[in-house]
Amino acid sequence: MTTRTMLFKIYRYDPDKDNAPYMQDISIEVDSVTDRKLLDVLVKLKAKDDTLSYRRSCREGICGSDAMNINGKNGLACLTEVKDLKEPVVLRPLPGLPVIRDLIVDMTQFFKQYHSIKPYLINDTPPPERERLQSPDDREELNGLYECILCACCSTSCPSFWWNPDKFVGPAGLLNAYRFIADTRDEATNARLDDLEDPYRLFRCHSIMNCVDVCPKGLNPTKAIGKIKEMMVRRAV
Amino acid sequence: MSNVNIPVRKFDAVIVGAGGAGLRAAIQLSEAGLKTAVLSKVFPTRSHTVAAQGGVSASLGNSEQDHWHWHMYDTVKGSDWLGDQDAIEYMCRKAPEVVVELEHFGMPFDRTDEGKIYQRPFGGHMSNFGEKPVRRACAAADRTGHAMLHALYQRNVRAQTQFFVEWMALDLIRDEEGQVLGVIALEMETGEVVAFHAKATIFATGGAGRIFHSSTNAFINTGDGLGMAARAGIALEDMEFWQFHPTGVAGAGVLITEGVRGEGGILRNSSNERFMERYAPNAKDLASRDVVSRAMVTEINEGRGCGPNKDFVLLDITHLDPATIMKRLPGIREISIQFAGVDPIKAPIPVVPTCHYQMGGIPTNYHGEVVNPDGSTVKGFYAAGEVACASVHGANRLGTNSLLDLLVFGKSSGDAVVQAVKKDAVAHKDLPAGFADKTLARLNRLNTQTGGTSVDETRLAMQRAMQTHCGVFRFNDKLQEGVRQILEIEKAVARTEIKDKSQVWNTARTEALELDNLIEVAKATMISAEARKESRGAHVRDDAPDTAENPNGRDDKNWHKHTLWHRDGNKLSYKPVNMTPLSVETIALKTRSY
Repeated sequence: MTTRTMLFKIYRYDPDKDNAPYMQDISIEVDSVTDRKLLDVLVKLKAKDDTLSYRRSCREGICGSDAMNINGKNGLACLTEVKDLKEPVVLRPLPGLPVIRDLIVDMTQFFKQYHSIKPYLINDTPPPERERLQSPDDREELNGLYECILCACCSTSCPSFWWNPDKFVGPAGLLNAYRFIADTRDEATNARLDDLEDPYRLFRCHSIMNCVDVCPKGLNPTKAIGKIKEMMVRRAV
Repeated sequence: MSNVNIPVRKFDAVIVGAGGAGLRAAIQLSEAGLKTAVLSKVFPTRSHTVAAQGGVSASLGNSEQDHWHWHMYDTVKGSDWLGDQDAIEYMCRKAPEVVVELEHFGMPFDRTDEGKIYQRPFGGHMSNFGEKPVRRACAAADRTGHAMLHALYQRNVRAQTQFFVEWMALDLIRDEEGQVLGVIALEMETGEVVAFHAKATIFATGGAGRIFHSSTNAFINTGDGLGMAARAGIALEDMEFWQFHPTGVAGAGVLITEGVRGEGGILRNSSNERFMERYAPNAKDLASRDVVSRAMVTEINEGRGCGPNKDFVLLDITHLDPATIMKRLPGIREISIQFAGVDPIKAPIPVVPTCHYQMGGIPTNYHGEVVNPDGSTVKGFYAAGEVACASVHGANRLGTNSLLDLLVFGKSSGDAVVQAVKKDAVAHKDLPAGFADKTLARLNRLNTQTGGTSVDETRLAMQRAMQTHCGVFRFNDKLQEGVRQILEIEKAVARTEIKDKSQVWNTARTEALELDNLIEVAKATMISAEARKESRGAHVRDDAPDTAENPNGRDDKNWHKHTLWHRDGNKLSYKPVNMTPLSVETIALKTRSY
């Protein structure tokens, strides 16, 4: 067990008392065994100063709560290795969304876009008594899509989403749209494609691929978006 | 103090918690057209159901013959005969229906070659009344909880359920006749306190694994529903029974699913021995969780642990085909690399038993109605999922029965509420005078406390006391000392002080309020455990050893009964186990072995 002092620069803003946001310098003793992940250090920082505010829950990268901007790149605090971080470690809220307090952003716009793609199975054929059948190959098509944890790392790293968060669905929403388009049990493929055939909703994606770079689950929204575009072309001809 | 300033919002029903149970109940209510509010501390898909991995049980028989009656037998046996047989029959019979329904909602289950839902073996799942392992766990890779929670949320989006996201419920509203009339809740973003006045209230707040120092549970699992219920005078059932999952990542506590052993994983000690063969010759690594956890701790205590401190054992899947691991256990590989620094394709994973699940909770029947000690129901109050005790898990829960529990009883409690509200189409009963006084006093104390205790240190003291005195193996003197320590820590909890006084997203206040709930669970657990002088399921004590008269230390003559802990005066009472199933014969008491 070795300890060392690490320097953090953390975005702070409490609308109840601060006129403007500021960056706070905090140094803290970090233990190489017990403080492996950035979230471990944040918990330690909060024990020292209980006003430091951030979301967290599962601490294992599956709930999507603790997304933030870490040294300029979006990621989950609970999956970020402390030893890999350059100092000072600069922590900011996810970019492009309104800040509520400290590292907590207002995710309303993000979820609004997610909800806009009708993120549920649409199949109006009365279901059989047992499960609907789906071949292992057809099920395979959902891999790399259904694992999205809605952390918003991708959408809030996307310049197109920054400029048009109200009109562009964003990588997370589009990945989920394709998750239902690709599902052989879903009967609304055409309606889904119609809904996305729009200069903003889908076509603001310019394949910058920041989304792919930051996804903590290793998913590829750009590829999913490409497949949606491909399907649109195919049905046009 | 008076509550004239608290806004009151009226709904037919309010559901507290948006994990699996809350979301499943919400579907019933929304689709029936009830005006429903679903409150959650976190965005619904961040609830802890999301972390469930291995599967949900149902006797679909997709790969080999299975029957709900065998599932029922396994559940009763797993519970060490403490589960109520009416509720267990209900759950096991309903399992195929609720799992198929979930598939219809869009759940991306893995598939068999025939296109049916994929099923894998799991601990304690046997065919033909305990004969040999059976494939009963329906799985979406090792991300079943994630896939399920998202599918349930998505179905609620379709049903246009009204969510109050990042609202924390603080207290139940209960009138003098004992009827529940809703909850008082706090909006985290603004600090506003609002009364949700409802004809029916469903608690689906999940578990409280954070009372222990080492836990697979999320930070949010702080027993809020149990704390609220206890403060409102509801007795808590069987709180001494906590499941220690055999395979938490050593040091980190993060869960490694039993599905790993279902796919062929093997536990090994420092001599590379498959030690489970000695403890459970038939089921081996797929014995029930309490049995496997005790075997692991015994190996460690007897010096056969691994690592420099000999304080963990190894979970080995290096003999499995890497393609199987990538297909069936991809999440485990990720977790293992992230939190154990080990790629399980190449090297075994260091694991140790870790607190995972609370078998006890708010007493309910199988309709999700909360029941009083005398057997009558609490009007207007329902509970489902981990917060509730139906009781289907008794003294030890079978793996995958938790996801089944929340589907079955989320749905049945939802149906019960729809029926009650529609039948009883009367106006809301008036709120009692001063209904928010105690809650506001609690908030006010936090705002004004000086010279108090630290939330962080007090919580840590509680977690250490629980871990040391109420773990996998329990000892009379340690339990007695544990009771003394927890009652002492309770005094510190009453004096917590926070520096953060902001009204906006005050997480220091949230954590202090959560600690108010955790301490109720800690007291219930320690006091109930100290009093139960036998070994049963997950509760095993040194002064109740295996004897000819009491095999495994289980004393059916004196202790085949449910504990009820009453917050007022820390009193205990007991009620009988329901041994009368709905349609089949009683599964009679028997010595448990795997």
